[in-house]
Amino acid sequence: MSLANGLYQDRSSPLHRVPAGVKVLALVIVGTVVFLINDWRILLAVLAGVTALYGIARFSPRVLWAQIKPLLWLLAAFFAVQLWLNDWQAGLVVVTRLASVVLFAGLVTLTTRVSVMLAALERAMTPLRVVGVNPEKVGLAFSLVLRFIPVIASVASEVREAQKARGLDRNMIALSVPLIIHTLKMADDVADAIEARSYDPIEKA
Amino acid sequence: MIELQNVSVRFGTRCVLDDISLSLTQRRIGIVGANGSGKSTLARLLNGLLLPTSGRVTVDGFDTAKDGRQVRARIGFVFQNPDNQIVFPVVEEDLAFGLKPLKLPKAEIDARIDAVLARYDMGDYRTHPSHQLSGGQKQLLAISGVLIMEPRCVVFDEPTTLLDLRNRNRVAKAIEALDQQVITVSHDLDLLAGYDRILVVDQGKIAIDDTPQNALPRYVDLMT
Repeated sequence: MSLANGLYQDRSSPLHRVPAGVKVLALVIVGTVVFLINDWRILLAVLAGVTALYGIARFSPRVLWAQIKPLLWLLAAFFAVQLWLNDWQAGLVVVTRLASVVLFAGLVTLTTRVSVMLAALERAMTPLRVVGVNPEKVGLAFSLVLRFIPVIASVASEVREAQKARGLDRNMIALSVPLIIHTLKMADDVADAIEARSYDPIEKA
Repeated sequence: MIELQNVSVRFGTRCVLDDISLSLTQRRIGIVGANGSGKSTLARLLNGLLLPTSGRVTVDGFDTAKDGRQVRARIGFVFQNPDNQIVFPVVEEDLAFGLKPLKLPKAEIDARIDAVLARYDMGDYRTHPSHQLSGGQKQLLAISGVLIMEPRCVVFDEPTTLLDLRNRNRVAKAIEALDQQVITVSHDLDLLAGYDRILVVDQGKIAIDDTPQNALPRYVDLMT
């Protein structure tokens, strides 16, 4: 599962020691800059640079491959469209841009603990308290998204298998209705569990 | 001490629990009953997850309706499905989550995480993605997430229902070894056999309140 592969992996590397806020800021800068560059050679150099950072962070090529593998079909589709509409250089521009951003984002999550990332996010959002934003709630929401994407994917897989056994694996209603019901029930249970663990972000707002 | 005084719970017109009064003082208390009998509702009243429609639930004198924070600091709750209880994607982060409101120093948080993981021989899983744990490990993580708060009582809502036999035994041993008062809702009668007191909930009432030796055979009769 891509998200599972995208989660923090403990290593002793300089990138792991860079503060979360700096890494997120770098991600924003890289994400912006690659969309301002239209030269495929420079973009290829950026991609090579991001790839080299995986080595500096002491990740094997397998970890890098796991980040990009789920997107291969999408990259291939973008390249094909650009090849059809323009030329191969335009295809390479789109593909290297997207791959650079995805790999850099993957590197940030691989080298940063979720709790550290959320703490940085909460700190960054503190000024927004004056307009009624509760940073703790936002942080918790992000954490829940990261935590429950694999769980919901697993439930979706179970539902698909169950409907396949009934010959309904191509029926969108048969697939989506149980998944939605299960997810809503799970949301209720998770809310109870958070309450049971004494989490009360309202108090801090 | 946990006390229920004339507690009733209604969902719309349906009466789920009807005028129940109990003092829960024993070290091990089991709650059994058919599906829909009200046993999970009873458990949820104990740490204020659910408030009574009428009557009063108190824990060491704190009212669940008014003193939720104090009640939940004393009563931990472990749910049937650990997947719904684990909030953070990494084991140590989930354990630290419950401690956040206490604003403890980092060293104290780390020490508590180390201690609770060592207790279940899960020290190697400290930085492991929580969704990649086995069912039994997830349930132990859910229990650890509660124990790290150092409650004086832990309520379990069908803690072994989703587990295979090996993991069921592992979790049963973990529950048995707890120093805290334990209140367990379960269909697993073997799990409750060594308890001090069994409450049988039937149609919103406490039908039987006795030792396991007396209560469990009567419960089996009631269900046949």
